[in-house]
Amino acid sequence: METHTVLLDHGAGGKLAHRLTTELMLPILDNPILAALHDGAVFDLPPGRLAFSTDSYTVTPLFFPGGSIGDLAVHGTVNDVAMCGARPIFLSLALIIEEGLPLADLERILRDAAAAAQRAEVAIVTGDTKVVPRGAVDRIFINTAGLGVIAEGVHIGGHRARVGDRVLLSGTIGDHGMTIMTQRRELGLDLPLQSDSAPLNHMVRRMLAASPRIGVLRDPTRGGLGTALCEIAEQSGVGIRIHEAAVPVRPAVAGACELLGFDPLYVANEGKLIAAVPPQDAPAVLAAMRSDPLGRDACEIGTVVADRPGRVTLTTRIGGERIVDMLAGEQLPRIC
Amino acid sequence: MPLKHAEEYRDPALARRLAERIRQRSRRPVRLMEVCGTHTVSIFRSGLRSLLPDTITLLSGPGCPVCVTAQADIDAFVALAQTEGVIVTTFGDLMRVPGTRSNLLRERGRGRDVRIVYSAFDSLRIARENPDRQVVFLGVGFETTAPTVAATVQAAAQAGIANFSVYPAHKTVPPALQALLAMAEVAVDGFLLPGHVSVIIGTEAYRSVFDTHGVPGVVAGFEPADLLGAIAMLVEQIEENRPQLANAYPRAVCDQGNPKALALMKTLMRPVDAAWRGLGVIAGSGLELVEAFATFDARRRFVLELPEPQEPKGCACGQILTGARTPPQCPLFRTRCTPMDPVGPCMVSSEGTCAAYYRYHAD
Repeated sequence: METHTVLLDHGAGGKLAHRLTTELMLPILDNPILAALHDGAVFDLPPGRLAFSTDSYTVTPLFFPGGSIGDLAVHGTVNDVAMCGARPIFLSLALIIEEGLPLADLERILRDAAAAAQRAEVAIVTGDTKVVPRGAVDRIFINTAGLGVIAEGVHIGGHRARVGDRVLLSGTIGDHGMTIMTQRRELGLDLPLQSDSAPLNHMVRRMLAASPRIGVLRDPTRGGLGTALCEIAEQSGVGIRIHEAAVPVRPAVAGACELLGFDPLYVANEGKLIAAVPPQDAPAVLAAMRSDPLGRDACEIGTVVADRPGRVTLTTRIGGERIVDMLAGEQLPRIC
Repeated sequence: MPLKHAEEYRDPALARRLAERIRQRSRRPVRLMEVCGTHTVSIFRSGLRSLLPDTITLLSGPGCPVCVTAQADIDAFVALAQTEGVIVTTFGDLMRVPGTRSNLLRERGRGRDVRIVYSAFDSLRIARENPDRQVVFLGVGFETTAPTVAATVQAAAQAGIANFSVYPAHKTVPPALQALLAMAEVAVDGFLLPGHVSVIIGTEAYRSVFDTHGVPGVVAGFEPADLLGAIAMLVEQIEENRPQLANAYPRAVCDQGNPKALALMKTLMRPVDAAWRGLGVIAGSGLELVEAFATFDARRRFVLELPEPQEPKGCACGQILTGARTPPQCPLFRTRCTPMDPVGPCMVSSEGTCAAYYRYHAD
């Protein structure tokens, strides 16, 4: 291509748009359904109930340690579908691009999205590109939607936590949020931080194979672990008691949080999940999580209890007790 | 790595031993006040209150810099943000503090240029990158932040960065303690003194206050064992009736403080009377730039039209900051005033007492 940046014409449906699709996108996102270049994807579905989810992605910076907006847009929707207990199979990918975005950046984002889809074993089967004038969006916004199939006998929902269930967490918390935060703010911190952006559907498959009786699955993205637990407690009308010492936090994340006055319980994750599992099944599900490369640090962090319905209670490291509330508004760095 | 050093002060066994020591020694009901937002948050986050006997009541004093900033100053920040050609740089927790008519977050939403920085020095870079704009840093904070702001002004002067200025709203802790102790309605039996501030000013800076009033004061660190150790010292002083100024944070705080930081403050700043939310005007409790650096004072550079400052109706922040009331005793708490839609500053800052109660304390 002659130009090095995306132009308004690339989104105008003419020659440039066609070339962008056929020369840049198709080779990267290679699959037969997409290659048909229909107005929509046409496909057969396996039997079963379906899960359908959509999410839009905007992140600064576009590229960060551990990922980019490209793989984030795939992982995020794959994970949302997987948290319904479904096996994600198809994705849509829609780009809204600010004119002037370097084509090299676009190519890199698409390659990341394609690699993420391949890793998650989902196909990007339909898409769209719009280019808008400078300032109308911040470089690139991405929307993805995902479709998945739920196996028979699997019933997952935020309202399905039962008293006695064990609460399992798949690994360290706060990695994504603190990576983005420290990148964005030019803090000049030399911390080994890396986003945990990853597709969780394979781990979910292993977990459901270990026990189809899992009641709740949730990926604690924005709002973090604390907010996700509060939502479950509220939706299920139960109390949740967790142990601070059991919640793994990397030292670099803990350090960055301390510096900025953040609570890791409220920092975003993009490759972690929590599950509420009947007690008799918890050991098998935990073992299944640990057998997945993304769940090596999985652990039991607490229990679903009858008292204080709707509330999450934390036993602190020193044996004290406090409540965990939902995050209210974005955490803002404090003064001293 | 400093974190590893902190781990030993988070040791559950050590915390249990200290809590036990406090339970054994504490007889008289006492009210202890911490004067540092970071202490407030640490106390709540560690669930430390649940380990203390009923005899001990912990109060949060005027230790959150955002919370004690006067309404007129908040209004000035908003007015600066509304001024044509101005970029306001600020620490994050000022963004949501409600002024009389607006706040910084809302102004940013309206297209005003308000940028969150982590250090005053970031403002200099922004000033360099925007030579045709005025960059104003909102100088809020205690002795912990004042030296870095002084250093920033000095650097701006040396580099000739003329489009940079500071709105000086810094405050100093010892005069506020003095004022608190003089207030009849403030009944405090002992103070947990702020660790970070004390790193700068040193333990001796509190000497005259505590010698005058004969109240126990102990400088405390921020880990659970630091705080429990300091509380144990306060309880022992009270039970043995020998109030004194003591340092339970000697690994960071010395008698004389940080001479370099203090010298920098002295070179560039001078004490002025300052208005505190909840405490009123306290003599010599603020800092402004000395005459030689006064051109960097945003108040001299901009003529601001300010509304008659009105503190939110029914808001008890003023009384909460002096320990006269606790957040659940405010009629607005959890009803009209929440972190999502805060009425008063104590609900805004992550280190505010009301926000800590809301977030960590069950009713």
